[in-house]
Amino acid sequence: MQIFTCPFCGPRDESEFHFGGEAGNTRPDGAGVPAERWAQYLYMRANPKGATREVWVHLTCGEFFVMERDSVGHKVAASQALGGAEKSE
Amino acid sequence: MSAERLSTGGSAIDRARPLSFSFDGRKVDAFAGDTIAAALLANDVAIVGRSFKYHRPRGVWGSGVEEPNALVDIAGRGPNTRATTEAARQGLVAVSVNASPDAARDRSAFLDRFARFIPAAFYYKTFMWPDWHRFEPRIRAMAGLGKVDPTWTAPEAADQINHHCDVLVVGAGPAGLAAARLAAHEGKSVLLVDEQMVPGGSLRHRDGEIDGKSTAQWITESLSAVTGAGQLFLPATTAFGIYDHNLVALNQRHQDGRPDTLWRVRPRRIILATGALERPLPFADNDLPGIMAADAALVYLRCYAVRVGRRIVIATNNDSAYEVAEALIEAGAAVTLIDMRQDGLPSAPKGVTVLRGRMIASAQGKSSVESVTLDDGTRLTVDSVLVSGGWTPTLHLFCQARSKLAWSEKRAAFLPGDPVEGIAVAGAANGAVSLSEVFTDAVRATQSPSPAPASTGREASGGVVPAWPIAGAKGRIWIDYQSDVTAKDVELAARENFVSVEHLKRYTTLGMATDQGKTSNLLGLALLAGISGRSIAETGTTTYRPPFTPVPLTSFAGPRSGELMAPVRRLPLENTHRAQGAVFQEYGGWLRPAFYGGTDAEAAIQDEARRARQSAALFDGSTLGKIEVIGPQAAAFVDFIYYNTMSTLKPGRCRYGFMLSENGVVFDDGILVRLDEHRFIVSCSTSHVGAVHVRLEEWRQDRFGRDAVYIHNATSEMATLTVSGPASKQLLATLDLGLSLADADLPHMAIGEGRFAGDLLRVARVSFTGDRSYELSIRADRAEILWRSLQEAGKAFDAVTLGLEALMILRAEKGYIVISKDTDGTTMPQDLGVDGPRTKRQTDYVGRRSLFTEVAQAPNRLQLVGLAVPDGEPPLAPGAHGILQDGLKLRSQGFVTSSYLSPVLGRPIALALIERGAARHGETIDMQHLGQKRHATITAPCVFDPSGARFNA
Ligand SMILES: [Zn+2]
Repeated sequence: MQIFTCPFCGPRDESEFHFGGEAGNTRPDGAGVPAERWAQYLYMRANPKGATREVWVHLTCGEFFVMERDSVGHKVAASQALGGAEKSE
Repeated sequence: MSAERLSTGGSAIDRARPLSFSFDGRKVDAFAGDTIAAALLANDVAIVGRSFKYHRPRGVWGSGVEEPNALVDIAGRGPNTRATTEAARQGLVAVSVNASPDAARDRSAFLDRFARFIPAAFYYKTFMWPDWHRFEPRIRAMAGLGKVDPTWTAPEAADQINHHCDVLVVGAGPAGLAAARLAAHEGKSVLLVDEQMVPGGSLRHRDGEIDGKSTAQWITESLSAVTGAGQLFLPATTAFGIYDHNLVALNQRHQDGRPDTLWRVRPRRIILATGALERPLPFADNDLPGIMAADAALVYLRCYAVRVGRRIVIATNNDSAYEVAEALIEAGAAVTLIDMRQDGLPSAPKGVTVLRGRMIASAQGKSSVESVTLDDGTRLTVDSVLVSGGWTPTLHLFCQARSKLAWSEKRAAFLPGDPVEGIAVAGAANGAVSLSEVFTDAVRATQSPSPAPASTGREASGGVVPAWPIAGAKGRIWIDYQSDVTAKDVELAARENFVSVEHLKRYTTLGMATDQGKTSNLLGLALLAGISGRSIAETGTTTYRPPFTPVPLTSFAGPRSGELMAPVRRLPLENTHRAQGAVFQEYGGWLRPAFYGGTDAEAAIQDEARRARQSAALFDGSTLGKIEVIGPQAAAFVDFIYYNTMSTLKPGRCRYGFMLSENGVVFDDGILVRLDEHRFIVSCSTSHVGAVHVRLEEWRQDRFGRDAVYIHNATSEMATLTVSGPASKQLLATLDLGLSLADADLPHMAIGEGRFAGDLLRVARVSFTGDRSYELSIRADRAEILWRSLQEAGKAFDAVTLGLEALMILRAEKGYIVISKDTDGTTMPQDLGVDGPRTKRQTDYVGRRSLFTEVAQAPNRLQLVGLAVPDGEPPLAPGAHGILQDGLKLRSQGFVTSSYLSPVLGRPIALALIERGAARHGETIDMQHLGQKRHATITAPCVFDPSGARFNA
């Protein structure tokens, strides 16, 4: 059982969280988006070995946030609320 | 064997408290403090079980968790309990494993004579044709260990405890006690655990003097120092797993019959003082009863006053057996010590013959060992053989924490490799041999400035020579007692190119079963290394995984069984419905009335559905989602969330719509209510409320911003009671609801606000039945009086109360879908006949781009239709396929999603997803279900009141 840190609530058991996808997967708007770009948005993931940036939701408070962690050693490096650095991407 | 209980001694037993228990039907006398194994040895029971595969007689090997042989089934405790760790209790009933009628007289013992015909993988290779499963049941019945009692149920739920501490010390031997004492002294919160029933580890049976005190005194003092500082010691508690972020799981055994307790511990620092396990020596027939770990014999002698034999040969490759020899001589046994080493031997204990540079080549005996033959041909008559093949540090937990091991040629053992954050290894587990080494190491592990306890007395050296099995040796050299693996099996595996340790394990079962190869793994991989010309370090170990020792499933389950396994959500009016005779079922996680009254479910459901169309019907729709979307951007938000344009909805009106996933698939359907300019209520499917809420939050936070929209899930705050049917308006008119029910004021798809008994009442004219309907939403805690008033008013209209089953019939007559029943993971809105927004909408919405892919526009998509069956035929089976001859192949062209008998139509109806279905109304197709073929005619999904006249009737 891992410990994740919600930027609003602090460290909590991983069972309180849901995965929300890789961070920075920006949605291309409009009906005219090329098929390749849309497919990339929907399906293509980097799935990096090592350092990752991911969106998670803390189900008990309902807040989405970005978490930096290591996909191999599972060490959590940082958590930050959406609307901060993430929104400028 | 000629083991016996001595008349004096035994630090663990209380001779004033005799007791007896039964083993294989035989009465065994014991004392309080005995383990089952100690008591069996005291009664000279040589054969305690039969081996897994060959039914060979096996005796007690060790004195702790490493025990591969002495497994017993204990009534009420479970199968495969280690006799070496289980306390003897008055009246306990223990039965040996894999033996019939008992271990001593096992009927399947003949199997051992065929052993050379059934080597590793024999069953895989032999029973390939015609089908392994034909042979499996009989083979399985002959192999295996303990028996599970299928009738057993847990008398009570196991406790589960979450615990935090500064330092968790695993193992209360010399290193663990010293470390825990230091940590407690420094004011840290400490949890000390040991899998034995009493603390002390090797100090309980090994010589020594610490800080000028006896070992027993030092154990007591150290423990008092820990508990006296307010810290916790848990005996009979095994740390069986380290999980992510250093969560440690403990299983605590109780002596009072309670189920074991599971502890989840979050320590800041873990000190593993888990000791080391003694290895067997490889020689022919080294598995005979009476051959035992040397250290275990010392445990039985000093803690339980059991001398395991009179004429004893001790074979060793290291110093640790010398103390055993000395103690047994003093206890009156004749002892010969056979040391593999040529040099660096300790001085021979008085009265012990030491044969230098020799080893045992083979053992002989029928039901227990009677003699041994040395490598120089010398034959010695014995009644007990004690072996020490060196020590393997217990590093299972260390490895579970993803740490690497490093091979030490000098110690002939794997030692901890690079350190892992938050975990320290101390004492024998870290390769320390003498007591002074152990204490120095414990102080280092605690990072304490304090001096180490001073030990005096015997100081064993770390000198050891390899004692690995060698390929091509004569006779049957047993590597893994529990899994019945010999050196020849390992050679066979290597010959067949299973040279990875992981493959070796799976091919031969080496290191499997309840002991997970605690005594055998290293011998097996050393042999494999030798055969394949690699070093032991290169060969490596198999992966260590939890649990270290078997853990009862009750511990993992804790309170989560029965009703608490997946708790249902309950309606505010559940008791009222029960009083009305409702029969409940679970729907989408909610416990809801399926139908009311009667034992004939089908008749009751048909009756409810028929009467609902006649006059008036009442039902409880409280589970429908009620998620409020509020804020300046609320209209733009719902436009983006829904497939349908929602911003054009006027305040006070309702609209039906779909929510899609980004891949274009219909995720949910339902009514959106606009209360005012900036306030909407999303009424989503019962089973989807949680998921829809999270989805709305995600788009709000990620796209619209926290200031633009506010979302509030009010589902459980309000109960929703529905009145449907031609007489629904007249029924409601008899109540004072504080609003006009005139159709001009409250038309179909409008919402009005009133008051009932002083409380806010929302009345929505939306219909899931196809009849004029009113959904009345009120505070959940006031729903009871409203429901009773509706029931009372309904009497004059012969109103019927509907369960969910009848409601399902009514909605299917109208062709209304239930998400993920009438849709699947590919259904898009155009497949349900709602193509307008796709072709007309100009603004973006969730899933839009996906509706224009090649797949989304394919001509052969499954589309929602109705299916009619020929007159007089019964309903189609849900899941029945529409089939099509496609060349030589028969293939599916869709399937039935809902099927009912419609009482108002007097015939079966069905909804289905069928290829190109929308364009094929009137066509008759072949259906197939479980081999049975029928015909059905494609119709529109809606087969009752297609014009919708009844909404306003
Ligand atoms: Zn939170």
